[in-house]
Amino acid sequence: MPKVTIDGKSIEVPEGTTILNAARMIGGDIVPPAMCYYSKLKTSGGYCRTCLVKVSKGSEKDPRPMPKLVPSCRQTVMDGMEVENITSPEVVEARAGITEFLLINHPLDCPICDQAGECHLQDLGYEHGKMKTRYEFKRREFEKIDIGDKIKLHMTRCILCYRCVKVADQLCSCRNHGVINRGDVAEISTYIENVVDKDMSGNMIDVCPVGALTDKTFRFKSRVWFTKPVDAHRTCDKCSGKVRLWYKGEEVLRVTARKDKYGEVEDWICNSCRFDHKKTSDWVLETPSHVDHHSVISANHYETEKALENLRSDIEKHQKHLKESKFALGQGVMNPNNQ
Amino acid sequence: MSKQILINDLDKAGIDTLAGYKAHGGYTAIEKALKMKPEEIVEEVKKSGIRGRGGAGFPMGMKWSFIAKPPGVPRYLVCNADESEPGTFKDRYLMEKKPHILIEGMIISSFALGANTSYVYIRGEMMYVFHILEKAIQEAYDAGYLGKNILGSGYDLDLHVHCGAGAYICGEETGLIESLEGKRGNPRIKPPFPAVVGLYGCPTVVNNVESLANVAWIVNNSGDEYAKIGIGKSTGTKLISASGHINKPGVYEIELGVPVEEFIYSDDYCGGIRNGKKLKAVVAGGSSVPILPAELILKTAKGEPRLMSYESLSEGGFQTGTMLGSGGFIVMDEDTSIVKNLWNFTRFYHHESCGQCSPCREGTGWMEKILHKFLEGRATMADIDLLWDIQGKIEGKTICPLGEAAAWPVAAAIRHFRSEFEEYVKKGKYMTDVKHYYRINKLQEA
Repeated sequence: MPKVTIDGKSIEVPEGTTILNAARMIGGDIVPPAMCYYSKLKTSGGYCRTCLVKVSKGSEKDPRPMPKLVPSCRQTVMDGMEVENITSPEVVEARAGITEFLLINHPLDCPICDQAGECHLQDLGYEHGKMKTRYEFKRREFEKIDIGDKIKLHMTRCILCYRCVKVADQLCSCRNHGVINRGDVAEISTYIENVVDKDMSGNMIDVCPVGALTDKTFRFKSRVWFTKPVDAHRTCDKCSGKVRLWYKGEEVLRVTARKDKYGEVEDWICNSCRFDHKKTSDWVLETPSHVDHHSVISANHYETEKALENLRSDIEKHQKHLKESKFALGQGVMNPNNQ
Repeated sequence: MSKQILINDLDKAGIDTLAGYKAHGGYTAIEKALKMKPEEIVEEVKKSGIRGRGGAGFPMGMKWSFIAKPPGVPRYLVCNADESEPGTFKDRYLMEKKPHILIEGMIISSFALGANTSYVYIRGEMMYVFHILEKAIQEAYDAGYLGKNILGSGYDLDLHVHCGAGAYICGEETGLIESLEGKRGNPRIKPPFPAVVGLYGCPTVVNNVESLANVAWIVNNSGDEYAKIGIGKSTGTKLISASGHINKPGVYEIELGVPVEEFIYSDDYCGGIRNGKKLKAVVAGGSSVPILPAELILKTAKGEPRLMSYESLSEGGFQTGTMLGSGGFIVMDEDTSIVKNLWNFTRFYHHESCGQCSPCREGTGWMEKILHKFLEGRATMADIDLLWDIQGKIEGKTICPLGEAAAWPVAAAIRHFRSEFEEYVKKGKYMTDVKHYYRINKLQEA
């Protein structure tokens, strides 16, 4: 089995494992962020470039370093490969650059976005973004589109990760949406007003790393951090029926698939489970959900101690970051009206 | 005049027809090639040292030898005729005037690679060339050079012309393959390379028109003879599309190694700068290669005369050198505004970015908008550094070379002509025709 060293930590992984997956096996801070890669979707990854890493030693056979930064989600490991992620200033700078590129046309409407709190771009921005934008031009604008009666498309927030296109390709019976146009006016669209209502299409909402595709049955009902996640299941002939219910009080506000600590779903769920079964009596409740990743959601009502500790350390980290970056909050870009 | 092997007989009547081409020595190489073993042809091409004429300059024989040969899997040869680099117009000229030289080259190359179906992917805007090729291919079918059992050798080949929809990105080989398969022309992530997984998942070689057109000559005269033309590792001749402020713009075939100074000022080639003006800068290989100021294009940093060859042009790296690229030789006289020229290039790359990966999708548009600010006289000194920073964050971070192609011209212009950017900031020049461009194209101004 090839042995790979990432930021000084070694691991033996099966042949054909990508650098990103090897890093996930090691775990911790050295896992590169991934905005477009999704382990459960074939051929995903390689587009967003946030997971770029430096290969400082190609392999035992050919120790030459790779000339360019490589996307860790697509590059498979070789025996003896040495990878630098957070230990390489070049990688960190490149990642900051990519984050900036992803944000220059993003509306930064987190205060009214349903994805806020579980948005990967938000996390990426906090971790690698700058406090002040250097982009002074008008941001890209699109009309909001209803694709079907269950999903809303906010193209302004989209980062073109192609995940939803791959969901339609690989899970649904046919795909009637895709990317049209090119360059920075490329957009996810059904081309001629069409409806995305194939069974399993609801999974697009779950795979969307940003708030571009949102659940219309949940829109504006609540901030996610005010809801309580509970794992539940039911017998479903279309999917595994294993879901996560998000409660506010007695009411189930939304149903999603269960996600792991990298924000990837564990089992796909069908549209019927997601949109049509929103009563506690529809479900067999299992346990309060365990939210693994650093997020405001992990400060839920059950795991206060550990979650609060994490949150506290996060806040301290950002306060330190703020002080170092010289910009006070008030004049920065945290407020989109300042743009 | 130096040696010419591609466009030496364009003045002959009927050279664009099969009969005329044959009368002047065409289609002799096929008979010779079909008697050779495919490996021998690959060996000849390797010996010739010919480098890909599409821009990257990768040795063609080496590319051919990389092709995977799993049993029972078809192999494909695709000719890249999606010539869209601003400043390059050599393939179009060659295909228009002498379509059979490409067809002959493709038949031999397909035989050498073991391909039974080959494609010419031609850019959508060149519809008239598409018709010329279609006609020429029909002639070749009628004469028995294409189809089943070519010249009784037992080798079958079908040649198709496929018309793209006019996208620069489809000139990138994997983008081209995707487009040929009928999908959106997004470049693929490499590896795997097309030599292993290419068209329809099969091993594929993608070659430029000019590269393939040379194959017939190499087979007829041997690779060693070809290697004698040119200089050092830059063997053979090269079609140069000369444009800009020169007296005689057009397509020239040069033997690699001609001094740049001779190429610009000799009456055999460009014939000097128009209206007796002074030379300011040259983009030596199509819009994506770094621009060089007059003193660096005529002489290298070491003071040696610069030659039209792969090595000489790239001497000094990007600090003081450039690339031969696809041979789009754009000459600019002293009145040219580098900033405006750069804006035009950047606008092109912004428009042609496929939008797949974030640095190129967002960065190219951002650079265009900043350069537009310069032309409007609203830029500040900090914008020069910002531009420099953005290009650095695009270069080398993208899936395909379009990112580099967009970043290099910006980097080179700032590196060599920073003072001109500063002048724009200080004087606040305003270009009305820029506004006009946006208006007629119904675009939103930045």
